[in-house]
Formats: sequence, structure tokens, C-alpha cells
Amino acid sequence: MDESCALSSASPNSLSNLFTFVLATYTTSLRQEIEMAETLLYNALKEAIDEEMARDSQVFVLGEDVGHYGGSYKVTKDLYKKYGELRVLDTPIAENSFTGMAVGAAMTGLRPIIEGMNMGFLLLAFNQIANNAGMLRYTSGGNFKIPLVIRGPGGVGRQLGAEHSQRLEAYFQGVPGLKMVACSTPYNAKGLLKAAIRDDNPVLFFEHVLLYNLKQDLPSEDYVLPLDKAEVVQEGSDVTILTYSRMRHHVAQATKLLDKEGIGADVIDLISLKPIDFETVGASIRKTHRVIIVEECMKSGGIGAELSASIMDRFFDELDAPVIRLASQDIPTPYNGTLENLTIVQPPQIVEAAQKLATNRL
Amino acid sequence: MVQERERVLPSFSTTQANITREDGLIVYEDMVLGRLFEDKCAEMYYRGKMFGFVHLYNGQEAVSSGVIKAMRKDDYVSSTYRDHVHALSAGVPAREVMAELFGKATGCSKGRGGSMHMFSSEHNLLGGYAFVAEGIPVATGAAFQSKYRREALGDPNADQVTACFFGDGASNNGQFFECLNMAALWKLPILFVVENNKWAIGMAHDRATSQPEIYKKAEVFDMAGVEVDGMDVLAVRAVAQEAVARARAGEGPTLIEALTYRFRGHSLADPDELRSKAEKDFWFARDPIKRLAAYLMEQNLATQEELKGINRRIQATIEEAVQFGLESPEPDPSELYRFVFAEDK
Repeated sequence: MDESCALSSASPNSLSNLFTFVLATYTTSLRQEIEMAETLLYNALKEAIDEEMARDSQVFVLGEDVGHYGGSYKVTKDLYKKYGELRVLDTPIAENSFTGMAVGAAMTGLRPIIEGMNMGFLLLAFNQIANNAGMLRYTSGGNFKIPLVIRGPGGVGRQLGAEHSQRLEAYFQGVPGLKMVACSTPYNAKGLLKAAIRDDNPVLFFEHVLLYNLKQDLPSEDYVLPLDKAEVVQEGSDVTILTYSRMRHHVAQATKLLDKEGIGADVIDLISLKPIDFETVGASIRKTHRVIIVEECMKSGGIGAELSASIMDRFFDELDAPVIRLASQDIPTPYNGTLENLTIVQPPQIVEAAQKLATNRL
Repeated sequence: MVQERERVLPSFSTTQANITREDGLIVYEDMVLGRLFEDKCAEMYYRGKMFGFVHLYNGQEAVSSGVIKAMRKDDYVSSTYRDHVHALSAGVPAREVMAELFGKATGCSKGRGGSMHMFSSEHNLLGGYAFVAEGIPVATGAAFQSKYRREALGDPNADQVTACFFGDGASNNGQFFECLNMAALWKLPILFVVENNKWAIGMAHDRATSQPEIYKKAEVFDMAGVEVDGMDVLAVRAVAQEAVARARAGEGPTLIEALTYRFRGHSLADPDELRSKAEKDFWFARDPIKRLAAYLMEQNLATQEELKGINRRIQATIEEAVQFGLESPEPDPSELYRFVFAEDK
């Protein structure tokens, strides 16, 4: 990612250097440093949708500008030419109603994929997502199932302003019946989206607005990844780092430095935010006995808050130190670039937290 | 400002009513079932057999029976928190609705839903939706599904129509307008049936809306809109038949405004202090069941004895439903989490 250059020039050892680091990041031009290869993440998502639509005629896409315009990030570009305007349905700007419409279509046997032009717009559809997508199967005593995917660009982008830079996981995690998945690489984006489309439950599928241009070699054959399994990104025995979505890449920058210092981080990309894969999380904690949670979600009531509490419930005896939560600030995302960078977790903070835990300097 | 005078109910000549003896008796029986079922609910609620919010449908039976009995069994129905009678008209057995009200495992929603959340996939009952207007998008989705199967998948048998019931209060909500727009835009096979009973709990319809004649709101969406005397089941049926035919032919949706009245308060917890005696008397005099009974006898389609026989049979059905509900088991506590996810069958 683009911050790695700045990271090496800023001393990560003290939070007092964070401001310097943030400024350096802000003035660094936007560059992608992930290995360049075959498929861009947004095209991986398109391949997933295309393949599933070809495989199952009940699958269709709906949302704002998904058809003729090709989606706000071109994930559905030209699919309407292949599948027609009913299967790639351009909707009016009526989030709550077209989301409810997708629920009704799912109850009667179709498999809708909703694209939130920006996931933040789905706050306008909160009632349909919570009451009807999430709870209706239970409330109906199992009469209906709701195979529905709600996907789209989210997270904190670059100076998009508060409403387009939402951290929605906190809002949705309390809704019973919803699954929540966050992709982070082209490979897992494709395999997870295909699994979400095939799942019989409503799945909130989080894509990060700053990850769409990641590139990666993808297998040419069909593959599907499990929705409920965390991904072990790297193994280490000193500290467990639990993360997801874009923060996985911030963690990767931090671990480059930690590796040099001989601090072995066991990095886990949660993938499934609900339910959490506690089997994988637990196995790591039993190995390292130290945990850092790195998330872009807000600290209060966020994924990290829930995860931290659950770790206490399940693995208290395994812990040698309190769980450290690195989350974004409890403020609306500011427009100013420096303030925006201060709002979300930066790699030096991760490095510092890992150093403290590894040397018991808490 | 509360409406001083009643709206003039649209006239409907019984000579326009083209109903066979068989259909007449089906509709009559369905209305009696709705009425007696709700009366029994009130009794059971006051006897402490059912709990929570219970909203009864007394007085509005002509709308449910008039519309749903003009549809096919494979058509779809969606409702609101006032959903017991729509469920009965859609064919859900009275014992399953009553058992649901008792919170029993044998209820149509397995005791998880309650009064405001009756569901039955077997009867294409898309459910009772307790938040005002939230069922409208869901029903619109079911109608979209019919169009999708017919046009995108080429299934000629996918001509199912959806009837979406809601009240006057919902007609001021954004989901109502958004769905009228989408349904008209895509010519979806749906009937939007507004049961205008004049009151959204304590909010008089005229105090909540700038244009009280709801059916007129269809026009700006280039959609057919009709008003109908919701206390006359034959009038409702005629309007519904036309709308169903239009929908089934792929010619788009209809907004039906049925002018009706609930004979009881908003719910069994409502002290019903705002509605005037004069207003109630005006509507009580238009009891839709008495009106159909008179028509059937005038036209020599049924005798008084036959109708009394139906009443007795329905009363027995309801007693049996109560017995079934009382004797049914509670949901198993070990199944508290069952049905959260699709994997729980």
C-alpha cells in the first residue's frame, strides 16, 4: 500500500512521531505497492457475479447505476448487456424500498445481490436490512429464507467526507440473522463473494473503497471460499494480530518492521465479522497469549469491542496481557487529510503496540 | 382539523355484481370467519390467554375477503400488524393462527411471530409487517419475482399476482411512494390495497395528509387508481377482479383505496377516546356481513337458515381452534436459537 514508503522514513517507536508519519503519508502520492499481477479486485468481484449469474438464473443484481453505468466502481460493468435489464436492474434512488424489494424477491425464490453505491447509503435501508432481511426468517418460524447479498464500497477512503467514509460494521453487528463478511484481497474477494451468493442467508459483504485496485494472480478454475473461516496471513509466536479489510494491509506494513526486529506476529484476517471464527482465533491465542485487534471500525461498540469481550469470555486463562484494541476514533470522519489519517489506525501504532506486548512493557 | 362529514362512498349497483351462489357463500363464510375469529381473540385476550399488542379487523372484512377471494391460491398476500384476517382469507387454518396468538409451537410462525407476524409460505402469505409501510417493498419484490420468472426466465406459468394490504397511515410514508413508482415503472403485477379506516391510531387521516383521497395519488405515477366502498364486499370484489386481470395480463399495478372502518379501537389496549359516536354510528350501520347476507337472500342465492348454518359451522371451527391452541405445546426451550439461520429447518 501507499503508506509503506512513509513508514520506513518515520520512526515507529513513539506515538509522538505519528503526526510526522501522517503528514508524510498525506503528502505521498497515491501508489500501489502490492505485487502487480493479473486481476484487479473490482474485476475479481465482477468475475464472481458473472460466474454465479451464469451458473444460477435466480441470481440477479439490483441497485443504483449497476446497469448502464456499470456500478460506481465498475464492478458490474457491461453485465446488463449479457444478462438483460431485469437481471441487472437499475433502480431509482430509493434504498429502503429496493432493499425491501430484494427481501421479497428472496422470500419468493430469487437470489438478489444488492449493490450499495456506497455502503453508507444503506443506512437509509436499515429497517429493511434489520427487521426484514435479518430477523424475518426467525420471526416467521422458518417459513421463509432470505438468500440475499448486500455488497458495495465502504470504509474510510481518501477525503470523501463523513457520510461517504462510514464504519458500518458497528451498526449492523447486533442484527440477528445477518452474516457479515469483509474481503481484503482479489483472491478472497472472488471466492467469498461466490460463497455469499450461494449462501441461503442474508450476507452483508464489505468491500473497501481503497482496495479495488489491488492486483493478484487468481486461479483460472472455479473456486469458492468458506464464509466462516478466518485466514491466517502470517504465522508467528510472539503476538496475535486480529484484523480485517484494509487494516490487513496496514498490519502487513507493520509486520515488515516487526519481522526485522525479531517480533513474530501471528496475523489473522477475520474475514467473517459475524460470526467470528473463534477456532482459528483461539488456536492463535493459545500460541502467543497476547492479542492486538486492529480495525477501521469505531472503538465504541465496534467489532474489536465485541471481539475483545468474547476473548475474555473464552480465552481469559490463555492471556498473558490485556487485549489491545486499535480502532478508529469515535468521531465523524473528518474531510481534512491529516485529520482523516489521525482518525484511523496507522502502521506505527501497530508496531508500537506489538513491541510493548512482546517486551511486556505494558 | 378532523373531517366533519364523511366522504361520499362510491356507489355500486348490485346489478353490477356478478357472483354465483357458490362464490357468494365462499365470501360470506370468509367474512364470518374473520369476524367471529376476532371476537374470540378479544375474549381470549381479556381472559389472559394471549399477550402483547392485538389489533382486530372487525368491520373491515369486506376488504380482505373481497380482494383475496378474487385471487388464486398461488397468488401472494402481504399484510400489516392487523393481519389475522388476511391470513385466514389466504387459507391459513384458523387453528394455526389461533395457536400463533397463544405463542404455541403449532402456530403458523411456530410461536416466534405473534399477532403482528403471521407467516405461511404454504399459503403464499408473505407475512404481517409490524412497522407501518415496511411490507410494501417486500410485496413489490414478490411481484417483481413474478415478472422476473415470466420475462427473464421465460416461464409462461409465472403469472402470480401480489396483493399488498396496508392502512391510510402507511400512505404518507416514503416506502409507499417509492414502491408505487417502481411498480408502475416496471409494470409489476401487484394490487396496492389501502384500507382507509380513517384513523392511524389517534391521528385522523385528514390531519395527516394534504390529499385525503389516496386513490388519486396513483395518477401521478401513471397508475390505475380506484376508490371503492370498503363496506361492500361485492364492490371490492369487482374492483379487485379488474385489478387482478390487469396485473395478470402484465398491464401493471393498481392502487385500490377501500373506504372502511374498524369497529374496535386501534388495538385491544386502545381506550378509543377520539372517535365520535356519530362517526361510529355511520359506519356501524354499514356492516359488510349484514349487507352481503341481505343481498344473498334478496337474490335467492341463499336462505337465512343456510347462512345461520354457516355461522354455526364457523363458530365450531373457532372453538376447535381455541381448543387446539390451548392443548398445543409451547416451543421447546432447547430450540430458542432455531430459525435464526436458513440451515435450521
